[in-house]
Amino acid sequence: MTVFIIRRLLQAALVVLLMSLIVFFGVNVIGDPIDMLINPEADQAEIERAIKALGLDRPIGEQYLFFLKGVATGDFGRSFIFGEPALKLILHHMPATVELALTALILAILIGIPLGLFAGLYPDHPVSRAIMAGSILGFSLPTFWVGLMMIILFAVVLGWLPATGRGDTAVFLGIKSSAFTRDGLSHLAMPALNLALLKISLVIRLTRAGAREAMHQDYIKFARAKGLRTRRVIGVHLLKNIMIPVVTVLGLEFGNLLAFSVVTESIFAWPGMGKLLIESLLQLDRPVVVAYLMIIVVVFVIINLAVDILYSILDPRVRLREQGT
Amino acid sequence: MSVPADSAPGAPEIGVETPFQRFRAEFFESWIAAFALGLLGLIVVLALLAPWITPQNPYDLGQVDVLDGKLPPGSRAYTGYTMWLGSDGAGRDLYSAILYGLRISISVGVASGVIALVIGSTIGLIAAYAGGRVETVVMRLVDLQLSFPAALIALMLVAVMGRGIDKIIIALVAAQWAYYARTVRASALVESAKEYVEAARCLGLGHARIVFRHILPNCMAPLIVVGTVQTAHAIALEATLSFLGVGLRQTEPSLGVLIANGFEYMMSGRYWISFFPGIALLLTIVSINLVGDQLRDVLNPRLKK
Repeated sequence: MTVFIIRRLLQAALVVLLMSLIVFFGVNVIGDPIDMLINPEADQAEIERAIKALGLDRPIGEQYLFFLKGVATGDFGRSFIFGEPALKLILHHMPATVELALTALILAILIGIPLGLFAGLYPDHPVSRAIMAGSILGFSLPTFWVGLMMIILFAVVLGWLPATGRGDTAVFLGIKSSAFTRDGLSHLAMPALNLALLKISLVIRLTRAGAREAMHQDYIKFARAKGLRTRRVIGVHLLKNIMIPVVTVLGLEFGNLLAFSVVTESIFAWPGMGKLLIESLLQLDRPVVVAYLMIIVVVFVIINLAVDILYSILDPRVRLREQGT
Repeated sequence: MSVPADSAPGAPEIGVETPFQRFRAEFFESWIAAFALGLLGLIVVLALLAPWITPQNPYDLGQVDVLDGKLPPGSRAYTGYTMWLGSDGAGRDLYSAILYGLRISISVGVASGVIALVIGSTIGLIAAYAGGRVETVVMRLVDLQLSFPAALIALMLVAVMGRGIDKIIIALVAAQWAYYARTVRASALVESAKEYVEAARCLGLGHARIVFRHILPNCMAPLIVVGTVQTAHAIALEATLSFLGVGLRQTEPSLGVLIANGFEYMMSGRYWISFFPGIALLLTIVSINLVGDQLRDVLNPRLKK
């Protein structure tokens, strides 16, 4: 077991190192940040000074080593645009993204499970067919376009919800979030729903498949035979068993939500790290781009590592196969 | 869904059905799939014929007039014809712009799909045939890549490489090859254990010949299914990246770029500039997905009645 975890840890470290290499060297080839960042009317001496200050005059290998040392200490360099440390900038934007992703996750569960359950219990009902058609659409529709349509409908035509921004935030139990104010909630609704759409479709499918499978299992028949009410059979016996795969998949999908928030945040001008990434990309703000990519890689590696280890604890076959090769 | 196979009465030899005829009959059993295939065909034809059937070339400055800018759908253009879908901020007829945009979107999607298919399936085949250390290393790489969402990998790569049609195609190929490799390897493993491969080996045929002429043709069915679905993904992904401003440039106006251009006019209620290109994108993706779904059902032997 320990050997397995150590091997996985080493593998994860290797992935992070590999990614850092790709990201850093790639980003340094993008364009010439000197053109972008230094006032064109500056004289030669001023340009030289700026280049020195940004560390752009060193050979690229040296810059990378410097960068690696920085990564190890959490220092990704300063943003060219904001003049603040890149990591601090991203961590500053992170709570908004996490808030959005968590809300989307909750929405996916609250909307997806009842709909999926209905579709699984009454597969031939017209409503079920509509739900399944909707879930196919949810998979096919590009998120960004749905976001635009939501803005047109709810913000421009109906005028119910504000189109952009995060709104007022309030502090509750030490957490600053816009979910605690009316204004904040109205700002949160559309982007969260937009981000949740894909996951809702996913949860509907998982729940439906689970429900259809479980309906024929003995424990359901037994619960019925005991004379339990339908509500209890479904609400307790069925749901409990369906929840296991749903929760597993959603846990895995959380990283996915963080990554996909790039799109949603850009549309709804949500001040999270995804929007920061796109702005930094367009302005060639390299330290921020590199820091974002490294953070998201680390988040994914950690999630995957946790899942791998959990699986190997739950299912010894995984561990044994690993040793076999 | 028990529509009689349309090919049966007209088939030349009664009772003898070629595999293709059987495949065709099964495919058209679902009217939704038939409709989707028809729609997809129509979209492709419209895109191919764009220069000859649109009232203007939206990227010829001589034919575009800024005075026509932001006209609502159905307005009459300054130059005489009716703009059924309205015009964008620069006075381009949206119908024309959409057909030209479809050409770019579909080309990028198909090009990256085909390249990823070739690269991915070659790698997958080699892994399955070679086995041993090669297979372990390749499949580790595939697993590693599949643990990241394709959209994130594509986004990282364009972040690293910059914008432009060639770079987008590279990013999409890099994001998607692993799906093909995994698919091909799974079916190639099954195939290479079969007797005809053994027979080919005994005949002393070369490795390349066995892999590409004997094993590959028998792995085509799942590959085609994955190929259709991944192409739809590629088109959606390109549109997303272009919308974010990190995909194609303004000079390569795919549907995603058109939608992005309409974004700034949306708040003032000029919905059509983003809306209609989005509908075109949606119809393309949904029809490809529906065709892919049906292909999966028809080609999957486990679902056979």
